[in-house]
Order: sequence, then structure tokens, then C-alpha cells
Amino acid sequence: MTLPWLTVLAGMPALGALALIFIRGTAAKQVAFAVSLLTLTLAVVLALRFRPGGGMQFTEQVSWIKPLGAYYALGLDGIGLTLVLLVAIVTPVVILASWNEADTGLAEGTLNVPAKYDARLFFALVLAVESSALFLFLATDVFLFYVFFEVILIPMYFLIGGFGGARRAYAASKFLIFGLLGGFVMLASVIGLYVLSARAGAPSYLLSDLTQLDISTGTGRWLFVGFMFAFAIKAPLVPLHSWLPDAAEESSPGAATMMVGVMDKIGTFGMIRFCLQLFPEASQWASPVVITLAVISILYGAILAIGTQNLMRFIAFTSISHFGFIVLGIFAFTSQSMSGSTLYMLNHGLSTAGLFLVAGYLIKRRGSASIDSFGGVATVAPVLAGFMLFAGLSTMSLPGLSSFVSEFMVLAGTFARYPLVASISTLAIVLAALYILIMYQRIMTGPVTVDVERTVTDANGRERLAFAPLVILIIVLGVFPKPMLTVIDPAVAATMQRVGVTDPEPKVLAEGGR
Amino acid sequence: MMPVSPTLYVAMEIVAPKLEYGLLSPLILVFAGACLGVGVEALVPRHSRRAAQLTVTFATLAAALLMTVRNWSANESAITAVGSVAIDGPTYFIWAMLLVFGAISLAVFAERKVDGVSVFAAQAAAVPGTEAEREAVAAKVEHTEVFPLALFALMGMMLFPASNDLITMFVALEVLSLPLYLLCGLARRRRLLSQEAALKYFLLGALSSAFFLYGAALLYGYSGSFELSAIDASLRAGTQGPGLLLAGMGLLGIGLLFKVGAVPFHSWTPDVYNGAPTPVTGFMASCTKIAAIGALMRVFYVGLGADRWDWQPLMTIVAVASMAVGSVLAITQTDMKRMLAYSSIAHGGFILTAVVGASQAASGSPAGALTSVSAVLFYLVAYGAATIGAFALITMVRDTGGEATLLTSWVGLGKRSPMIGLVFAVFMLSFAGIPLTSGFIGKWAVFATAWTGGAHWLVVVAVVISVVAAFFYIRVIVLMFFSDPGVGAPVVARPGWPTLTAVGVGVVATVALGVFPGPLLDLAQHAGEFLR
Repeated sequence: MTLPWLTVLAGMPALGALALIFIRGTAAKQVAFAVSLLTLTLAVVLALRFRPGGGMQFTEQVSWIKPLGAYYALGLDGIGLTLVLLVAIVTPVVILASWNEADTGLAEGTLNVPAKYDARLFFALVLAVESSALFLFLATDVFLFYVFFEVILIPMYFLIGGFGGARRAYAASKFLIFGLLGGFVMLASVIGLYVLSARAGAPSYLLSDLTQLDISTGTGRWLFVGFMFAFAIKAPLVPLHSWLPDAAEESSPGAATMMVGVMDKIGTFGMIRFCLQLFPEASQWASPVVITLAVISILYGAILAIGTQNLMRFIAFTSISHFGFIVLGIFAFTSQSMSGSTLYMLNHGLSTAGLFLVAGYLIKRRGSASIDSFGGVATVAPVLAGFMLFAGLSTMSLPGLSSFVSEFMVLAGTFARYPLVASISTLAIVLAALYILIMYQRIMTGPVTVDVERTVTDANGRERLAFAPLVILIIVLGVFPKPMLTVIDPAVAATMQRVGVTDPEPKVLAEGGR
Repeated sequence: MMPVSPTLYVAMEIVAPKLEYGLLSPLILVFAGACLGVGVEALVPRHSRRAAQLTVTFATLAAALLMTVRNWSANESAITAVGSVAIDGPTYFIWAMLLVFGAISLAVFAERKVDGVSVFAAQAAAVPGTEAEREAVAAKVEHTEVFPLALFALMGMMLFPASNDLITMFVALEVLSLPLYLLCGLARRRRLLSQEAALKYFLLGALSSAFFLYGAALLYGYSGSFELSAIDASLRAGTQGPGLLLAGMGLLGIGLLFKVGAVPFHSWTPDVYNGAPTPVTGFMASCTKIAAIGALMRVFYVGLGADRWDWQPLMTIVAVASMAVGSVLAITQTDMKRMLAYSSIAHGGFILTAVVGASQAASGSPAGALTSVSAVLFYLVAYGAATIGAFALITMVRDTGGEATLLTSWVGLGKRSPMIGLVFAVFMLSFAGIPLTSGFIGKWAVFATAWTGGAHWLVVVAVVISVVAAFFYIRVIVLMFFSDPGVGAPVVARPGWPTLTAVGVGVVATVALGVFPGPLLDLAQHAGEFLR
């Protein structure tokens, strides 16, 4: 292989976004869709050529800013591949599902698209988010990662602020301020790493060089806090979560999918890639606090989801609960829980995308995001109801659907080390059943209300086509998750080794030997 | 034999000073160009004066830049002109910066297409609102004196950070200030506001000059010399009590920080930035700041570097106060120019973090790491380019009363003129320090050197304030893109090539230095340290 495949992969959507500037009319949508499909194809090809357990692959490395020690360095490992696939899958789905969204307006009064902002801009921004996310998941240089960590905020900000609901300017600003707060705090830590590496010799931001550094305990903990703070805002952990419900509520469903499904994974990914690898000691030191926050997020998100009226907000709260699970699995430090968390990132992306898309279909028809304004939709739109039920069941981790595998792995792995924590978290499974089923019941079942009958029609062909890949993947990964786990496990094992922890001995076995 | 300072001999016998004309040529050229400009005013008939002035001005700047680059690439550095001018790496870097930014600012001075006439008063001597003023306007009189005035100021700015003794520095300070006071009062529209700004600037500037001079006198009392290296030597010898030193250092610092526009010596900035003609504001915001920061670093690193334990804590307080006051007050502003004035105060604070860090090879910074001087130089390029571009762009947004600088009149601008909105957004993002713009690399560099110098907590404070600062830049973007334009909103005038050049150079530099900062950072790093 002579071409820099990873650059091609991550750069393609960016080029597509630029190309959209020069393409007018409906052709823009087709170009955007084609670019995202091409990216998906390339991602799949790379996944097929990926050797599980081969460490960083397809690596590229060019010196970028010499005085800073920054490199343009990309590489793909098992964890990165999982997320690259997620991004590559979700983007075309979002583009297809949002096909007409940016032209006509989401609903009367909620979406106010001025003439200058057309579908072109919407799709260009979606592609820009995709490209930044791909660079983030491929970067093996802390500086490069940091650059895209901040850059991704800008297209996302315009996606929320340009194509959202009535309070979109407020939501977009809140989103950006939180993002920048995390980013700037992380900047202090990034600079700290530079100083350490400059003192040790030549400055270098390469992950492989930084892991060789001898960081003192105190310094390591401070730097860890800087990184973790930024990732906890992104992921988001309670109490740093408050931007997410607002941003999700005011976004268009496509933008919300990109934000919650793709962008927020950067937080949990960053925890595994940077917090754990760069600061193994500090990660263990902080784990009690992080696990506590994770459990609080799991329960808090689930409980708030039960009482939420707005459909988009509702999905945001369920996501906060699920991000709690992912973080819990990472900081429980067992190979099972960490693999589970990595897989969970993929599965959560798929099921959240499903929920947001169906919610989008519904809101667009009914013109309101309030759960109250629906009722009896299943009678007039059985296919939509089916989609909603499927996405909901996937979200609440029904066995046979993909989330079940990962949630079970997280809980089982956590139980091996922290039985009490795992037991408390299990409560969320019950709560999940509650919030999903209540929501489904209120929207879909019962007598058809007058407004629903007047406005809601069943899903059309394009909408079904957009949803179909999610259904297939969720079922396939639920029944046969082995291919993904083969890819993830070696990468997780390497991380575990770096942190310096081993799985706790299974207790039953130990007692059996006595 | 003990080396004795040559200034001691001057009183006894008069020797012709030896001048390295080649090294000093950029200074001499700009000075000569300014004098020639005065001649043009006197001798060339009115209708062809503008063309003549433009030719003289830009030829001068080009020649000076050429000589600077030539000397720089020949790597000639020396303390010259009887020990009063230090020509070294940082000097060359700053000169090149000043000449380039000066040329771009002066191009905006020449803009006439936006308003149909120049932005400067038809006749400054005519009292606003009188018959004389109306006559001058009707006769389409123009003040072409602005070009030589700006050249004089530029010459002072070049000498200011290159001075190796405090008297030369004081002269440079006055040479750079006096033309600026005048230029501030020359706005064509809202003349009373402009004249008030000029008067305020003049009075406060005179006060700060007095502080500077008093400080220099006390330092002379302490060390027996005005030369920075001699002050440094007597500091290291340490035979004197610290009273004169501390008092002198403080007073001198006030004079310099006033020109930087650091809190608590900043109160002139908003009024002057607001009242002055916008092209002059752009010139002051970029070039004056560059010169003042350069001079500040030279005095405190070369002359007072051995006593940095005494000035670092105070400078830290000034840095934090500048960042905090600048950022917080910028949020409350309703006028674009005032907001950018407070933003420039905050940027002064960010630059001071690197100055406080004093990370140099001499103070134990690791080899190969960025030094404070190079970080500040890079920051100044990033800040200067975006500042000139932003102020040039402000001149283009107009309503019936002239420039529409109220924030409310910028509402929805991004929807009606997407390109203008986009470019201004790039400047705002650079000021806010978002990656892939030069502002981010600049922030990174100054914070990194502050950290290397041991000021960890200052970096933490600075990043938190950066979020506050980002807030009001983002607010401008929200206004431009996410709010609907009201009725009677201003229009974007079609500018001529001078303004377009300034905006274009600004935006290209901002993006290019954000993506490929390597070469310029290298250059800043090789500019090295001040010559002692």
C-alpha cells in the first residue's frame, strides 16, 4: 500500500464538504451522499484488511510543526477501527434521513432556515463533522488530536445554530462554551506535556514518545485532571452534562445524531486512548471518583428520561445514562468491561441514531417534539411505530439486539471488581424498560388523536431505506458480535497492560479449589 | 583597564560618533521618507499631492523592508550608534513586522472608495460644525499629511524596541506618540468624539511619558548609566541599596505598560480606539502594541533581567488583571470598536503571561524549547494580522451616519453578506484561539513558555479566562449568523483595493499561520535573544 489510506479516508469528507461550495441545487445532496458512501466503502475495505492484534496499522507520520514537536501522525488500532466504522456508517444514514430537512424546515415555527442557509450548507457541515471525527479517531499525536478536538466544535456549532429550533442560538452558544471550557482546560494539560517532553530532550507530541516519558505522580495527576475534565464534558458525565439536553432539543435530528451518536464518543474514546495510556497511575488514582460519577450519570439520566416531555431531550437523557455505562466499563479496569465499553460506543451510536431518526420523522410530521402531542400513532403509521419500538428496545438492551451484549459485558466485568457498583447500575436496566415503554405507550398506542390523524403519515421509501441499515447492524451485532470483539480485544489488552492492571481472579474458581 | 562607558567621555571631548549606516538604514529610510513627505506637502500642488504621498510612502516602506531583510539574512547584529541602538534578531523580526503591518495599515489610510472621500477630516483646523468646515468639505480638501505623520510614528515604533539606552527609548516614545495623538483627532465623521479621544490620549500619554522619564532618572541614580547593559551590570554587582532600583523599575514599567495598554494603565484604550478614525485604530492596535511589547521585553529582560524575582510577581498581577478586566468588560460592550479595544487589552494580558514566564536559555529553559521572546513575536504576528484585518473590515460596514460600529447594527450581517461574515468570523475565531487559526498557535506558544518558566498556575488562570474571552467573540458570530437582520440595517460598501488587501492579507495570514506555523515559529526561534 503506497497511498496514505488513512489520510484519504479522513480527508475525503472534508474535500466533499469543500466541493459542495461549488455545486448548486439538488446535485449537492447527491454529491454529499456519494462522498459519505465512498468513505464508508473505504472504511470497510480498511476494516477487512485490518489484522486484529496487529497494534497500530496503516500508520502515517510526517513532522508538522517542528518547534512544537507536533506530528501529522495517524494510525488505526482496534478501538479506533470500531469508532471509524461507527462514523462511516452513521453519516450516510444521517444524510439520507435528512434529505429534505434543510429545504422545507423541520416543522412550522420550529425551524427557521433563511434563504442563505440551504441544504448545501447543512450537508457540508455534516461532512465536516465526519471528517474531523475521523481525524480524531485516527490521530496518534496529542497535538493533532487536540486541534481536531476543538475544530469539530465549529461545524457542529453551525449545525445546531443554523438549523435548529427556536432557541437554537442559545443552545448553540451553550454547546460551544462548554466545549471550549473543556478544550481550554485540556490545552493547559497539552502544554504541560510539551514542557515535560521538552525537558526530557526534544519536544514531541507523538503518543509513542509521550508514553515513554517519566511523569512524576503529582504532575501526572494534574495533567490527567485536565484531559479528563474535557472528556467528561464531551462524554458527558454528570455534573458536566447540562449542555447536552439543550443542544439536542434545539438541534435538527440529523445534527443531534451527529452530536450524540458520533461526536460525544470522542470523550469516551479519549479516556481510553489518552487518559489511560498517558497517565496510568493517575487513572487508577481517580477511578473511585470517576466510577461514582458514572453511576450517578447512569441513574440520573435514566430517572430524568422518565419524566421528560420533549422527545429530543428524552433521547439526550437516555444517552447520559448510557455514557455512564461506557465510562463505568472503562474505569472498572477489567478486560471484559473495557471491551464492552468499546463495543458499547458503537452500539449506542447505532441505537441512538435510530431513536433520533424516528423522532425526527415524527416531529417533522406532527410539528411538535412534545410527547404529549402524540397518541395512537401506531394505528396510522405502523411502520414508524415498529421503527420506534425497535430502536427503543435496542436502547434498553433487549437480548438479541446489539446493546445487550455490550451492556452485559460492562456489568459483568465491573461485577468482578466492584460487585456493589455493578448491582446498583443494574437498576438502570429496569429504569430503561420503564422510560422506553412509557414513551412508546404514550406516543404510539391508545386512541388516535385528531392532530395525529391529520398530520402523521407512515414512513416513505427514503426514510425506510435510511433506517434499514441500522436494523440490520443492530440485529447482526446482537447475535454475532464476535468479529468486532476480535478486533477490540487485543487493543484493550494492550491498554490494560499499559495501565498495569490484570483481571481479578474469578472468586468462584478460587473457592472451588479450596 | 576597566571598561568605561563611552557616554562618560562625551562631555570631555567631542568625537564624531561612528554610525553603521548600513545597519541603521531602515530607520534612516523611514525617517527620510517622512521628511520627504513633509516636503511634498509644501511643494507639490494639491491635486497631485495624494499620488505623490502614496508613492513616497510605499517606496519608503518597501526600501526599508528590503534593507531590513538584507541585513537580517546577512545575520549582522551589533549595538550601534554609540551604544544607543541594539540591532539583533528580535529587532529585525520586529522591524519586519512593523514595516509589513505598517504598510498594510497605511494602505487602508488611502481608501477612498468606501465613503467617496478619505476617512480623515477635510480640514482639521476648521472647528466642527462651522462654515469653514463646510467650505473645506465642499472643496473636497484632503489631509494628505497623514502619510508623513504615520511614517514618523512608524520610525518611532521601530526605534522604541531597538533602543539600547533609556534616553533613546524616551525619544523614540515621543516620536511615536506625538503623530499618533494628531492622527487620532483627524476623523472625518463624529469629529468631536475624535478630538476628545485625541486630547485624552495626549494628556494620559504625556503623564505616562513623565512616569517613564522619572523612572529612567531613578535608574540612572541607581546605576550611573542609561544604558541597559550598564544597569544590568550594576544590578549584578549589587553594591547599591534597592530603593532607587525598585522605584525606578516601577515607574519605568508604568510608562511602558501604558503604551501596551495593560490594566490598570488601560483606561485610555477604549475611548481612543473608539474615537480615532478606524484605519488609525487598526494601525495603533497592531503596530503600537508590537513596539511597546518589544520595548517592554528589552528593558525587563536585558536591563532588569537579573532582578526578575522582583518584577515577575507584579507583572503577573498586571497580566491577570489585563486578561480578566479586558475579557469581562468586553462582554458588556455594545460597540464593535470598543469591544475590540477591550479585546486588545486582554490580548496584552495573554502576551504578558509569556513575558512573566521569562523562559530564556539564560534562565534555564530547556534547549530546543520555545523561548518567551520567540513566543511573543509569533503572537504579535498572529494578533497584528487579525487586528488590521478586523479593523479594515469594520470600515466597510456602513449606514447613513458612516461606519456602523454598534453591535446591534451587525445583527444578521452574515446572512446578507456571507463572505464578509465568514471572514470576520475567522478573525473572531483567531482572537478566541480556536485551532487552525494563528491565534491558537500564538496562545499555545505564550502559555507554553509561561509554563516552562514555572508560572503553571498563571497558565491555568489564563486558560479559564480564555473561555470568558471566547464568549464575546462567539457572541459576535451569533449576532452575525443566527439572528435576523432588522430594518434600516447597514450595508457592506464595496471597498477599493487597499481595504481588500488588508482584509485579504489578514485572513490569509490567519489561516496559513494556523495550519503551517512551522516556518514562522522557526524564524521567531532563530531570532534568538536580545543582544546585551
